[in-house]
This record gives sequence, structure tokens and C-alpha cells, in this order.
Amino acid sequence: MNIKITLKYLGYLLAIEGAFMFPAMMIALFCGERTALTGFAVTAVILLAIGVPLSFLKEENPTLYAKDGFFIVALSWIVVSLFGAMPFTISGAIPSYVDAFFETVSGFTTTGASILTEIESLPKAILYWRSFTHWLGGMGVLVFILAIIPKSAGSGVSLHILRAESPGPVVGKLVPKMRSTARILYAIYIVLTLLELFFLLIGGMPLFDAVTVSFGTAGTGGFAITNNSIAAYDSYYLQGVITVFMLLFSVNFNIYYLLLSREFRAAYKDTELRVFLGIVCVSVLAIAVNIWHTGQALCETFFGALHHSAFQVATIVSTTGFATTDFNQWPAFSKMILLLLMFIGASAGSTGGGMKVSRVIILAKSILSEIKKLIHPNSIKLVRVSGKVVSPDVVHSVNGYFAVYIALIALSTLCLSIDNFNFETTFSAVVACFNNIGPGFDMVGAAGNYSAFSNFGKLVLCADMLLGRLEIFPILLLFSPSLWRRTK
Amino acid sequence: MKIVIVGCGKVGYALAAQLSAENHDITVVDNNSRVIEKAQETLDVMSMSGNGAALAIQQEARVGEADLLIATTSSDELNLLCCIVAKRLGCRHTISRVRNTDYMNQLTFMRDDFGLSMTVNPEYATARTIWRFLQFPSFLKIDSFAKGRVELVELKITENSVLNGKSLDKLSTELHLKVLVCVVERDNRIFIPKGDFVLREGDKINVTAPRSELTKMIKTLGISTQKIRNVMVVGGGRIAEYLAEELIRSGVDVKIIERDRERSIELASRYPEALIINDDGSIHDVLMAEGIRETDAVVTLTGIDEQNLVISLYAGHIGVPKTITKLNRSEYSELFSDRELGSTVCPKEVIASEIIRYVRSIDNSDASIITLHRIVDGKAEAIEFIANAQTTGLDIPLKDLKLKKNILIACINHDGKIIIPRGMDRISYGDTVIIVTAADEPISELNDIFEDNN
Repeated sequence: MNIKITLKYLGYLLAIEGAFMFPAMMIALFCGERTALTGFAVTAVILLAIGVPLSFLKEENPTLYAKDGFFIVALSWIVVSLFGAMPFTISGAIPSYVDAFFETVSGFTTTGASILTEIESLPKAILYWRSFTHWLGGMGVLVFILAIIPKSAGSGVSLHILRAESPGPVVGKLVPKMRSTARILYAIYIVLTLLELFFLLIGGMPLFDAVTVSFGTAGTGGFAITNNSIAAYDSYYLQGVITVFMLLFSVNFNIYYLLLSREFRAAYKDTELRVFLGIVCVSVLAIAVNIWHTGQALCETFFGALHHSAFQVATIVSTTGFATTDFNQWPAFSKMILLLLMFIGASAGSTGGGMKVSRVIILAKSILSEIKKLIHPNSIKLVRVSGKVVSPDVVHSVNGYFAVYIALIALSTLCLSIDNFNFETTFSAVVACFNNIGPGFDMVGAAGNYSAFSNFGKLVLCADMLLGRLEIFPILLLFSPSLWRRTK
Repeated sequence: MKIVIVGCGKVGYALAAQLSAENHDITVVDNNSRVIEKAQETLDVMSMSGNGAALAIQQEARVGEADLLIATTSSDELNLLCCIVAKRLGCRHTISRVRNTDYMNQLTFMRDDFGLSMTVNPEYATARTIWRFLQFPSFLKIDSFAKGRVELVELKITENSVLNGKSLDKLSTELHLKVLVCVVERDNRIFIPKGDFVLREGDKINVTAPRSELTKMIKTLGISTQKIRNVMVVGGGRIAEYLAEELIRSGVDVKIIERDRERSIELASRYPEALIINDDGSIHDVLMAEGIRETDAVVTLTGIDEQNLVISLYAGHIGVPKTITKLNRSEYSELFSDRELGSTVCPKEVIASEIIRYVRSIDNSDASIITLHRIVDGKAEAIEFIANAQTTGLDIPLKDLKLKKNILIACINHDGKIIIPRGMDRISYGDTVIIVTAADEPISELNDIFEDNN
């Protein structure tokens, strides 16, 4: 661990988090919410007081090695959540610090799992901050730092940070310069967010609601500011817009860059995009037929069934977690499809969570080639995605990732079972948190929340959310003693 | 600027590192995916694995939109093919490494045919550098400017030196030397000194001087001026070959010790004037038997840095007046800075500075860089510019100009008259100006040296 450079990055991070509390302070001031204002002001002052001096540290060796990247990313996410939770507690909106931490981790990791039973009565500034954590966590806090810090810091060799923070089996740069890559990613992200805001405002959604919903969709988070989530906006248009944008944000951002640089063929040929769209279409149709056939609430017409099926599929596959209807009441077949979608998740390089479609593709193809190998033992079978050979190293790491992923879910389920809720609740809570979705089934379903778990259970779920967002290894590496050994 | 570098070996990597630090967008292509992975992780560049001469790969690397393609793979033919493809795709400039002697003589011919902007030959360039060192054995390094009218030399202050303990302004007042000490390296740190800077033993100083003043300086400082009459070269690779050619032409006795028999025979058949010894030059007895004590200069050119270092250190130890060491990895050279290691030369840096000079000059079309030398292990640069109509500081006394930190105007060439500048001198239109910089940001035009007034 390169202590100076780690502290320097943490300094930038805290200063920026502090700066981002100013809009929330403005809202508190404007709405006359005194407790919220104190909460944000106190936290912001602390953040700036710690962050600004640290960011001026002079590093002795500006080179970041792979382990430094992992270390900085993992530590940053934990620290940012610890501080991000302070306004909730100081303002009294969420009196228990563990609850507030859960809510913040859930925000930054774009999970959207909430311990709040009553949302609408909270101060507006608090609601804004809660949704904003989604937006910042979606593309990544450190990617944001990479986009804005002066060139000298870290000498720009920050690929390890991008790799540790961005989801997917293979993370590369869009353009040669790291800073430009980070800026392009954020530019695409901001433009898409503004587009959604625009379409929601056209549909007549109030400004504050539109802003927070856009944040929630962009980060594929899922915090809403109403008690019954998106069902509160009873309009096919508004829900339709949100459906489309949830799907847009779960597409690999490289695709948008390809489109912008007019490489339509490459975008069209992208295997992950095709498979992702295929999965979405098939699931939407299957669920629509199923819920229409069984005559669920709101789904009496086929169009209604299609609409709610599409929304629910989009919200789960993008790992957002908004709700327009309580899918907990749906037939088992539909619920099973949704559960499978929870595991698959969004595309690599998007803001969504889950295992990522590209990993599923590589897994499936490597299994197929194993089977073919049984028939022709000496055949050479290479896994290809988008017409290109995937290196055996990547295939290997995807297999390893899957194994660790399953093991950790099993372990977390075991830990959470101490709270003694039924199987459906316990298992789906872990799956929903690990994959950064939010709502699971039964007690933690679309109409429920996570308030009933013990503090221990909540911390287990916090760990799951962080593991899921950072794709396991950065967090696991924090437990490796050699990473903590000081280097220069 | 968008630059594609094909081949990420020693030179390719050094170029990628330097050019990306100068804020260019670099894409590196190499068919070895491990090398590529390394570059990707340690440098702020984009990397691609594949055959850089293949059309598909070049299209993927967007060579058509690039300003420059540099081909530095180990194969000349592949490099040339890279450049042809790149030119056809619309790349503005191409630079190719061509090292085969057979092609050397037809370079001009090929350059026109292939539309090459520049060809570089590391071994030849290195041999030229060594040859220049041997011409002025008193200096550790020597670079020339203004068509050879100004020299930039590096020398070390020894205990008995006249300069030991002198402040710089005494150079002109006491010793009446019209020279300028522009960079001092002390304990691995770089100083751009002022007049009251006191030199002490162990300092390495870089001095600019008109050529005429150089001999006077050598005399005044009492540096030995013995001309080199015979040279022992250890290692008979390509550099040795080019070097032997130059040395033979100027009548210096050359002795090459080469281990490989086939190669020795080849060298012997090509250079009958040279004495070729087929033996292991790293063995003490061999060196002694071949009279290392009596030679004027030892040049170590084997492929192994450690061997070169040991032989040169030993030669210096037993009193050979001049030693030149070839180092493939210059990173460790600081280890030896305070030992008795004479001159060192690093092929990848010789080439990198040649290419970087070219890149800077095309980067800014009015920049008009004439010469660029990287000095003190690349920690500082000496650049020669033409002052043109856009230059802001024309005809203002230098004392009224505000220069950026760590920049110094070392010399002004006014119509062939060499001025070592003082406060009242001024830059006029058409002058060439040599500046020395240890600044953080790259200087690509003359105006970059002035402090921004706005």
C-alpha cells in the first residue's frame, strides 16, 4: 500500500463529497429544513477539513500498482459511505447510525434497498442526497475523480482504479488518455440523465420528483421519494420513459461511444448487446403472457400486462429496483424469471449490477466448449465474443468469479438466517443486495423493506452490496494482510 | 497529437512513456500481448495486440486519423510495410526504424518511394554519438548547436580543478572565459545556476561555449587534451561496425574484441584495417593481453550492461583516459554517477530524443525547433529555436524578460555571431536561440519559455 497516494486520493474524494453536499444544503435552506441543513453543513465542514489538506499531500512515488488500485477503490467506497451516512443521523431523519450507513451504502452501490418505512415525510434535502448517492455511485466516485483531478496526481496511470471500480470481466479505455476516458464516460452519463429529466418533465412530473427519479434511474439505483415508488406516477408515459431509460443505462457505455464515433457496425455486432436485448424481449413476453393469462391486478388487458411486465423486467435486469406493482403477488413462473434476471444483471461497463451479461455469455460458451471437448478430446476450443477470441486468462477469471460469487451468496445467506426469517425473505434479500437490485421477494419485496433485520443482518447486507458493486475482489483483498503492508 | 507506435520494445516503450508524458494521445500496437499489457498498466496509453502492419489492425487503431505512426518493431521490412499501409490510410507522418546496413545506402531512395517522413537507425545514431565523444575526450558528453558553432559539453569538477570552489561569475571575471554553465547536477539533483552558484568537487556541469572558446576553456581548465589514437572496442555488434567505419576513416587504430567466431570473421573481412580479436572480452587476461593499459580509449558495446559496466569501471580504474559504456537500461545509471565511470550512451535514448525532436517540430508548425538534445540523463533539455515574427520577446533586453522557472537562455546566434547572453543582450528576428530547460512542461516553441503575463 502506497500510503501517501492512498491518502491523497481519499483527500480528493472527501473534498468532493463535501462539495456535493452544497446542493443539498441549498435545498434545505430553500425549504426551511433546519435539521437537515445542520446535518449537511456539519458533515460538509468535516469532509472539507479532512479532505482538502490530504489532497495537497505530496506523493513520493506517483506510480500506482495493481494492488494500490484495488486498495484505494475498496477503502474509498467504505469511507465515502461512512461519511455519507452522517447527515441522515445528525439531522435525525434516520436516528440509528447503522440504519443510516445501510441506507448510504445502498445508495452509493445503487442497490436501492431501504430501511425506511415512511419516506414522504422526510426533509426534501435528505431525499435529494439519498437519490444523489445513486447518481454518483452509478458511474463511480473514483472515475469522477479521475475526470477532474490535475494531471500530475498519480501521473495519469490510473487504469487500475478504473479496472477496480468499473464492472465487467474486461475493462479498457475508450481513448488513450485516462482522463479523457473518464470525461467521455461522465459526459455520456450526464447527457443521458438530462435527456431522461427532460422527458419526465414533459410528461408533467414535478421538478423535484423528476430530478430524483432521474438520479435513481441513471445510477440504476431505485430509491424513490414516494412510499409506493413509481406506482405513484400513474401514467403509462412516465412509467414507459423510466422503463426505456433503465434499459439504456444498463447497456455498456462503450456502445454509446462507438455510436458517437460512428462505428455502427461494431456496435451492431456486439454480442453482449444482442444477448442482453434478447434476454429482455423474451422475459418481457413470457411474463406478460403469464400474468395476463392468470389475470393479475392492473394486467386485465394484454397491453397492461405487457407494460407492467416490461417495467418489472427492466427494473430487475438493470438492477434498479423501482416498482409499479407488487410483483410478489405474481405467479411462480414470473417470479422465477425475475429471480434468474436478478443473477444475470446488466451489461458490463454500464451502471447496473448483477453478474453481468458478458460474464454469463463467457460462462455459457466455456461450458459448451467443455462439452464439445468431451466428444473430441484433442480439439482446441476457444471462446469467442463479438467475433474475437476471449483470452483463456479472462475465461479463467470469469469461472473463478462465478465460484466466489456463489460461495459468498451462500455464506451471506447463512449469516442472515440468524435473524430467523423465512427462506424466501432471507435468500432473496441476499440476492437483491449482492446484485444491487433492492427489492427481493416476500418481506423484502417491492412493497416491503429491510427495517426488520437486526444490526448484524444489516451489516452483512451492507457488505454484500459493496461486494456486488465492486465485483467482489477489491473488497476481499482488503482482508489480505500483504495489502496493508506499507510501501513507498 | 494522435500517435500510433507499432512495436513496444525498448525504443517503443521509451517513446510511448516520453510522448504520453508530453500529453499526446498514444496507441501502442505489438503482437506480444504481455508487452502490451505491461504498457497498458504502467503508461497512460491505449494498447492493442496484433500485427501492426495488418490493415485491419491499423484501421482498428485508427491510424487513418493519426498524425504520426512510428514503426519500431525488430524487423525493418515490417516497419516499412507498417509505414506504407499507414500512409495509404491517410496518416500524416510516418517514422520507421531501419537498421539493416544493406538498406542504409538506399535510404533516400526508399524514403521518397514510401513517403517516409524520417528513418532512424539506433545503432548508427549511437555510433555517431560515441564517435563525437571520442573526438573530445575531455568531456563526458558533447552536443552541438548552430551548425557546429556552439557546443554543449558536460564535464565533472575534480578535486584539483581550477573551478573547484569557484562561483560562476568568476568564470568571466577571473578566467576570462566566454562560456555559460547552464546546468549543474549535484547529488542527482538538477540546478539551473545563477552567478553566485559555487561549484564544488563532484559536480557535473553542462557548459555552452562557442567552438572557438572551447579550446581556450580546455587550456585554462588544464584538462588533458590528448588526442585519441587507438581505441579498444569490446563487443562486435552493429554499433561496433558503424563506429569502426568512422574511426578507420579518420585514421584511428581500432581493436575489436568479439566472442563469436563467425561474427569475428565477418568483421575481419569487412574491415581489413581493424584488428579483430576472437575472444571473450570480459576476461581479465584477454584485456590485459590485448594491452588495455596502453589504449587511449575503451568502448564497451556488448549486449550485457553489467559486463559493459564492469569492463569500463576497470578500465577507468587502471587509468585508461577515456571510457565509453553502452547501457541498454539507463535507469540504473544513477548508481554510477559518482564513481569513475566515464561517458555512457543509451541507444534507446539517443533514438527517442531524435524522434521527440521531430514530433515537437511537427506538433507546432511555426515552432521551428532546429536541434534538441536531452542532457543529464534526460532530466533537462537543450533546444535550439529560430526566433520568428511570432516570438514575443524580440528586441527586449533579456533582463526585462520574465522567463519561467528552471529555464535559461544559453546562447544566441546572431547572424553567425555567437553571443553568450548577458542582461543587456536581446533576441532579434531571425536569430537562433539555445535554451536549456529543466521545467516540468515540454517546451515546443520559443514563446513557451516566457512567463505568461495574463
